[in-house]
Amino acid sequence: MADALLRLTGLTKAYPGVVANDDVSFDIGEGEIHALLGENGAGKSTLVKMIYGLVTPDSGAMQLRGKTFAPSEPSEARRAGVAMVFQHFSLFDALSVAENVALGMEAPPPTRDLARRIREVSEEYGLPLDPFRTVGTLSAGERQRVEIVRCLLQEPQLLIMDEPTSVLTPQEVEILFATLRQLKDEGRSILYISHKLDEIRALCDTATILRQGQKVDTCTPSEQTARALAEMMVGSSFEMPEGRAHSTGDVLLEVTGLSLAAPGAFGTPLRDVSLSVRRGEVLGVGGVAGNGQDELLAALSGERLAPAGTIAFAGRDISRAGPMARRDAGLLCAPEERLGHAAAPDMSLTENAVLTGARREGLVSRGLIDWSAARGFAQKVIDAFDVRTPGTGTAARALSGGNLQKFVIGREILQRPDLLVVNQPTWGVDAAAAAAIRQALLDLAAEGAAILVISQDLDELMQVADRFAALNEGRLSPARPVSELSLEKIGLMMGGAHDMEAAHHA
Amino acid sequence: MIRLEKRRQPSTFWSAMAPLMAVLLTMIVGGAMFAALGVDPVAAIRTIFWDPLFNPQFASYSRPQLLVKAGPLILIAIGLSLGFRAGVWNIGAEGQYIMGAICGAGAGLIFYPSESVLIFPLMVIAGGLGGWVWAMIPALFKTRFGTNEILVSLMLVYVAESILASVSSGLLRNPEGMGFPGSRNLAQWDASANRELISGTGMHWGVVAAFIAVILAYVLLSRHILGFQVRLSGAAPKAARLAGVSPARIVIFCLGTAGALAGAAGLFEVAGPAGQISIDFNSGYGFTAIIVAFLGRLHPVGILFAGLLMALTYIGGELAQLMLGVPGASIQLFQGMLLFFLLGVDVFTHYRLRPTAREAA
Repeated sequence: MADALLRLTGLTKAYPGVVANDDVSFDIGEGEIHALLGENGAGKSTLVKMIYGLVTPDSGAMQLRGKTFAPSEPSEARRAGVAMVFQHFSLFDALSVAENVALGMEAPPPTRDLARRIREVSEEYGLPLDPFRTVGTLSAGERQRVEIVRCLLQEPQLLIMDEPTSVLTPQEVEILFATLRQLKDEGRSILYISHKLDEIRALCDTATILRQGQKVDTCTPSEQTARALAEMMVGSSFEMPEGRAHSTGDVLLEVTGLSLAAPGAFGTPLRDVSLSVRRGEVLGVGGVAGNGQDELLAALSGERLAPAGTIAFAGRDISRAGPMARRDAGLLCAPEERLGHAAAPDMSLTENAVLTGARREGLVSRGLIDWSAARGFAQKVIDAFDVRTPGTGTAARALSGGNLQKFVIGREILQRPDLLVVNQPTWGVDAAAAAAIRQALLDLAAEGAAILVISQDLDELMQVADRFAALNEGRLSPARPVSELSLEKIGLMMGGAHDMEAAHHA
Repeated sequence: MIRLEKRRQPSTFWSAMAPLMAVLLTMIVGGAMFAALGVDPVAAIRTIFWDPLFNPQFASYSRPQLLVKAGPLILIAIGLSLGFRAGVWNIGAEGQYIMGAICGAGAGLIFYPSESVLIFPLMVIAGGLGGWVWAMIPALFKTRFGTNEILVSLMLVYVAESILASVSSGLLRNPEGMGFPGSRNLAQWDASANRELISGTGMHWGVVAAFIAVILAYVLLSRHILGFQVRLSGAAPKAARLAGVSPARIVIFCLGTAGALAGAAGLFEVAGPAGQISIDFNSGYGFTAIIVAFLGRLHPVGILFAGLLMALTYIGGELAQLMLGVPGASIQLFQGMLLFFLLGVDVFTHYRLRPTAREAA
């Protein structure tokens, strides 16, 4: 490995009540793809923000090619050759690609020159992009290309990428990796933030692992097993979820030809969606974000009513039934957005237990809430799912993402659902908690419940699902047994190529 | 330098202390204002807060006024607070109050000069219905067409005022009133009079209704599932949908309750303290109740105290104008300060101060 491009020495940053980075030191070599690995809250974002000039360290120093590097704002970091692709894009839907790129520049060239440069750079790196397309019409993967090309136009020495693959299909991931390897061959360095261990092992030369703000180790990921890396992240060993051998029973949920208009300007319409879930079975629904996941959950939970005759549950048409009636029948849901949708942020855990548990847990009699029973139920969820919180009176928003997710999932599971629909059950949850949640879902299925898991994490779906279907622009592919699928086939299904003949219909 | 930092949990200490701090700060800054006007600040504060209740010269008149003024404020504010909790912004309680008074008075006057005991209860029901109907207009517009309830309810206040001007010189004008605008005096007609129930206290049926409303609202919000749904709709609308709460039902319930209570308050006022429907019988209670609702932190017990405090500043303010010659605008300023400081101090419920200049660790 060549000399260090960027050397971090003793970087420390404290926020009130938490030390986000504690004496972190490591080197990023020239022409190196360096992974930054850690659970949520391990301090990855704070570290990257210090390098990009968004946050000033309390103490410690950075050296870029031997010279002191202390950017006070992002433009200074960019001038020094550091560029960053954020997880959340900052693009204007109504403007063209070239206009969006120009907005991020301090002295943009004339549009025609800029468009030519965009085309050149995008072709050079295998990221084809039409500079005159309106960003609103681009897919998530194409939007990411805009952000990457925007960075590459600055000829960066160090490119920081924050969880870049979370919005990509497997094929798009391969294209991205080819681009990153090409950049590396040109001698540029990449700081790659992720918690997807297989990706890091395939792509990165070096990995620095953070845990609770401190550096645990810098190692060569290809020499480590995914499990060893995960344990370094978590700091202890944990049980990987195991499916139990179980038999599937009758069809419990049958959705036939469900079409539903988009809710508002930014939603996705559901187009002729059909699916079925049996008792004891886990159906996994994959797909890139924004392809109808939220809409599918809303149609199943009863938040949006469906056309009559499209959703049958336990043999009864529930298309026109509201959320309360569906819950009474045994259909429970846990939506993706924890704060604000699955839970009310400013309400206590007890109140959030009443939110969906009021009727099934008998917390209400003759209209009056039995608060002591509600506290008991909240405490039961906290105990059973190891939710770390001072008590049932704590506001939901005071919990960390992982703990709140355990509470939300636990709240539904303890209500003994016949069918549980979950969207992104382990999004933003640390590895140990994710394993616990997946195990709980598998246990529930083993006890005879039907489970529908909507997720953008393919590894997760492969781990828990019996059958897999993909959502693409509001269309659902026919479901196929997971054991028959390769990653490549899944990618094709997610991309919308439902090349399955009628005979294959599950 | 210092900066504000969001607390993980709202502070219960500051939540309880904020109203007391606000009153204290209002006294200090208000006192300074009176001093600048050339009035002894201690005398001014004493005249506003102390004399109406305890000065032997004034108390016999002003003490009953406390309940007379606080009653409608509390009754209206309780209704408004339900909506404000749910994120339903009914700004038009003044219009619902006026329409309740007109409908209630009209329902009674049809039977004039009967002496049936049923007339007063009938008027109360008609008053509540009148306010309810007036509030249903913004409610239905909102749930049907997605209109903004702030604008619709506020505009309907001006419509109600025009109707009031019309009926007090037309439909409901006292036929024996020698052509003067204004209805028959309801307070002087036994069947319709909203009398003082206990002599010397100012307690009338409207005050009783206000106290009952406080208790019912307290039970509703703390124990009943409907109150939980109201709070949930305000705190997290999407979570409320997931729980199966119909947003339209909450809008209709909140606006309807507020309208009915405001309408009943209007009838109690017009059949008692005001005595008759006249162009200007309404004294802005519907708007002041908005301040009362927030001053009481949208909590029923808080509203009870806030209503009494607001009534006190009204009575004390009049006394200060009379005795010390301070301008009326200064009293309004004084009342405004109360809300200003409450909202200001309220920041500390959710935020804490932090010095930003941190020593390098």
